[in-house]
This record gives sequence, C-alpha cells and structure tokens, in this order.
Amino acid sequence: MSKTKVAIIGPGNIGTDLMIKVIRLSKHLEMSVMVGIDPESDGLARAKRMGYATTHEGIQGLISMPEWEGIKIIFDATSAKAHHYNWGFVEKYPDKRIIDLTPAAVGPFLVPPVNFDATHDVRNVNMVTCGGQATIPMVAAVNRVAKVHYGEIVASISSKSAGPGTRANIDEFTETTAHAIEKVGGADKGKAIIILNPAEPPVIMRDTVFTLSEQGDRAAITESIHKMVVEVQKYVPGYTLHQEVQFDDIPEDKPVFIEGLGNRHGLKTTILLQVEGAGHYLPAYAGNLDIMTSAALSTADKFAENSLKIENA
Amino acid sequence: MHKLYIQDVTLRDGMHPIQHQYTKQQIKDIAIALDKAKVDAIEVAHGDGISGGSFNYGFGAHTDWDWLEGLAEVLTHAKLTTLLIPGIGTIDDLKKARDLGVTSVRVATHSTEADISAQHIEAARKMDMDVAGFLMMAHMNDPLNLAKQAKLMEAYGALCVYVTDSAGALLMDGVRDRIRAFKDILKPETEIGIHCHHNLSLGVANTIVAMNEGATRLDASLAGMGAGAGNCPLEVLIAVLNKMGAEHNSDLFQLMDIADDVIRPLQQRPVQVDRETLSLGYAGVYSSFLLHSERAAKKYGLDTRALLNELGNRKMVGGQEDMIIDVALDMANEK
Repeated sequence: MSKTKVAIIGPGNIGTDLMIKVIRLSKHLEMSVMVGIDPESDGLARAKRMGYATTHEGIQGLISMPEWEGIKIIFDATSAKAHHYNWGFVEKYPDKRIIDLTPAAVGPFLVPPVNFDATHDVRNVNMVTCGGQATIPMVAAVNRVAKVHYGEIVASISSKSAGPGTRANIDEFTETTAHAIEKVGGADKGKAIIILNPAEPPVIMRDTVFTLSEQGDRAAITESIHKMVVEVQKYVPGYTLHQEVQFDDIPEDKPVFIEGLGNRHGLKTTILLQVEGAGHYLPAYAGNLDIMTSAALSTADKFAENSLKIENA
Repeated sequence: MHKLYIQDVTLRDGMHPIQHQYTKQQIKDIAIALDKAKVDAIEVAHGDGISGGSFNYGFGAHTDWDWLEGLAEVLTHAKLTTLLIPGIGTIDDLKKARDLGVTSVRVATHSTEADISAQHIEAARKMDMDVAGFLMMAHMNDPLNLAKQAKLMEAYGALCVYVTDSAGALLMDGVRDRIRAFKDILKPETEIGIHCHHNLSLGVANTIVAMNEGATRLDASLAGMGAGAGNCPLEVLIAVLNKMGAEHNSDLFQLMDIADDVIRPLQQRPVQVDRETLSLGYAGVYSSFLLHSERAAKKYGLDTRALLNELGNRKMVGGQEDMIIDVALDMANEK
C-alpha cells in the first residue's frame, strides 16, 4: 500500500515538529522534502541529516525538484504573507493540496473533530490558530446540545513557546480565533484573548472556554464535552479537562451586555483545559504548538486515507 | 525637563471596583469635572482596556465606543486617552477609538513581553497619536531587564514608557531603581511615567519617588478609584505636589470635591487598604484579581487571602482571571 508523499514549507519549530510527527506517527504519509529559504537554517540541516531531500529556494525550488511530481500534500508552516505566495504556485497543480498552518486563512478553517467532513475535498484548508484548535471543539460540543450565543476563549501560553511570528502579529491570533469560534464553533459571536506567561519553569498551555448558550440539560452538555475531549485526545493525547465543567445561570433579570449581541441571558458554561504537548521536537509545555502540528497531521492523514479509499474503490 | 503631566485613570482603572458599570452620563459628568479641574489627560476604557468586556474580565454596562462617544467634544484642556492590551484589544479597536476623538493611547504588556506591543505602538504613531508603553507587573522584572523592555517600546515609537506597579507590590527603593534604570537607558526626550496601586499604602509615596527620579507623567485617580486598594489618590497627590512646590495644572479643591461628593458614593466595595487588598500587594498579585477572587472564594468556600497567596505562588500574570476559578477549584478539591 503506497503512502502519500508530503513536503513541508518552513523548517522552523513548527515545521520540524511536524516532520518528526510525519515520520513517527503517520499511518498514510511519507516525508519527502523540507523546504526553506535560508541555506544556513538549522531545520534544513536537520532534515538533510535525517536523510530527506531539502531545498533552500522556497516553493519554486520545490517545484523544480524531481520529488515534486510525487508530492500530494504540502504543509505550509511559514507566515501569512508567504502563504499567499506559496498558494499562488500550488493552486496550479490540481492533484496537490495544501494544509495552511499560518493565519492567512485563504482556505476554510478546519478543526478536525468538528468539520473535517465539510472540508475534505477542499484543496487549501487553514488550521486556524493554536488557541482555536484547543477551544473550538469545546464550543462545538456545547453548541450541539444547546445553541451557543457567545463563545469566549482565553489561551495562556508560556512566553518561551510564543515565537517571533506570533509576537509580531498578536492581533491575527485574536481576530482569526474569534472568527473561527463563530464559523466552526457555531457561536453567534466569538471572542479570543491570549496571555503570555513568562514563569519558569514554563507553564503548560492552558485554555479556558466560556460559552453563553440557551438553557440546556447540563448533564447532556457535560457528556458532549467529555466525548469531544476523547475525540481530540485521539491526536493530542495530552489534551485534558483540568477541572469538572462549571455552570452558572445568567438569569433574565440580570443579563450580561455583550458587544454586538446586546443584553443576553441563559447558561454560562466554563471549561478549563490543559494542553500538554507530546514532546517530539518541541518541549511538552508547548502544547500550543503541538496541537497545531497534531491537528495538521491528523488532517493530512485523513486526506491520505480518503484518497486511498477512492483509489481502491 | 518636561512639565508634570497628570493623567487621571478614574474612568479606566476605576472601572474595576464597580465591575465596569459606569453609565454614559457618569462618565461624561466626571470627565467634564476633571477637565475643569485641569488634569492633563483622562483615560476612558473598560478596566482591561478597549474591548476588555468579556466573561473573563466582566462585561461593561456599555461598549467602549458608547463610553467614549461625545467626550472629545466637551473637553477643553485634557487629552482624551485610552488603554490597549495586545492580546485583548486590537489595532482595529484603536482605530475606532481614534475616530471617536482619542488622541493618546497606552499600550500595555506584561513586564517581560514588550515585543508584542510593536504592531500597536507603530500603528498608533502612524495615526498621529501620542503613545506610551505601559509595562505592567513591573515588580516581576528586575530594573535592568525592565529598562531593556522599555527600550524596545521606545524603539517601536513610544514617546513615554511607564513603570506600572499593577500589583501595588513595589517598595520605594524598587520604584527608584526602576526609574533610574529607565533614565540610564532611554533617550533623553523619551518621557517616563509611573502608575501605582495603593495596596501597601505607598501609592503617593512611590509616585513622588518616581517623580524625584525624573518621571514626568504621573497616574492617579479620584479617591484612588481603581483596582485593589486603588491607585495613587489624585487629590492627595495634588496636595503633596502643591506642598512640594512642583509645577502642574490641576486644582486641588475641585478634585477634593469630585472625589468625595461624586466618586466615593459610587464605591460599592470600599476602595481601601484592607485584609484582601493588602494581600494583593503582599503576595504580588494583579490588583484587578480582587473582586474575581472574592467571588471565587465565596463560591468555593475559601479564604480570599489564601486564594490570592496561591495565585501569587503560581506566578499568574495580568489577564489570567480565568485561572482564579481554576486555582480555587484546586484548593477546594484539596480540602
């Protein structure tokens, strides 16, 4: 049974962790080429040492390589700007698809346990943000039991795990995540907050999800949340509920005033999560990076599995 | 040396003690009174900055835009200013504030994370706004490294950088050393600011120490209206400055009157140094955690002080209000 060949553009922390996950964990993928733009980059040197083809000439370098024809999935772990450029090339090859880990959001958002099926034939999918991958499954888990009016998430990450790209573009995190809470999570209105904590030893990624929904069966909501946690654990084993799900009643005579929605009442659900990374290339505290690479890997594996099914049909 | 520039924070930091519930009319009346008393700048926003309204920090009675609307037109002396915390508010929010007549902004980050403010400071400068960097929880970084963070903000375009003692945890030496480190490293034309909390009763003293070391932008609020035990009380600061013969624009008696006649009656929970607020300064905890911690302690049957101490032990930073519930549940489960 042949495996699907992949290339990774962007040999930084994310790209390197992804490469190691493809090699160690993937059922249907085969690592082919690591693509960078700096001949001196550590990530390219590491890929080369491990026996994989590399180019430091970016997407155009990749296209001119003999491996290009066999590659079906490209992971883009560069920046939003570079992604627009890269996709301009990849788009012309209808047998190839791209999984975008940047905040560019050219293609639709994809959060594997929530909307994989809706996007399985789209050639450019976007992995939202680390905070989005960690929290949107929870918003969706509440929403499938009780309609969510408002979804808010707080992502706390260790300062050490926030790279220069995140730091220089923190608005991209808050805006993209808020948007995906609505689009994928199902909330009428989304809000995202990110906090960097410099404590030593570094803190493990924490995410808190607050939803305001219509009144619903609390036991059913709790059960839906637990089921969704199990779904995420299939690709991020360190994804756990740090506390039991908390509920508060927001009564009609004491509503909360939400910008864009006005006065709202209903059921407030609080979900306190912890995301510990697998510690492949990145340290375990960097669950924020791990959940991105894990979600991208899980998506690519499913794409590859589906195309195998089609081939064999 | 720059002349002293007094910035009032009653309508921003002062949101915390009343859970961000000022009415539009209250904001307008207080802003007009402050302007008449000739403070130099009036900061208006949710306590956690523009777009701070949330489950995590508390929803405001109004949006920031509703609070700000119509204020710029009624001010004759004071600048209308606001606060932005990257990770909570965005550049789009800042544009909205600018369109409502805000001409000055403080971009706030934790004391070690200045580099997340680059985008916002640059954007504010491009909009021709006065912009200052605001290094929160200044007690959690040593003077030299804090000054290096200030230098980054200066490089992004900040015209002033503040030592922001969000936990009211700095002693007078700690303030002096930090302002001196700023002086040593920043360009002479970059102003230095000081923002204190009164948790150890040092709000005024620390502000004066900073001024004596060269800080020219001083934060204060009427009757100390602010998070925790409040900020440096504005009317007290002005009285002290008068006795020192320091030059400023503000009128003491008018400020005393607004503080006592208008602000104090609004304080549902007294803004004062007491067991809980003292614990904030003592444990080095973000002052805005106060009401959230009191609520969580009540809900989960804990002593607020013990909860605040534990939050300090776990090195929580500003903005991590969600972790108050988490730590309270941990403590309740251990019981």
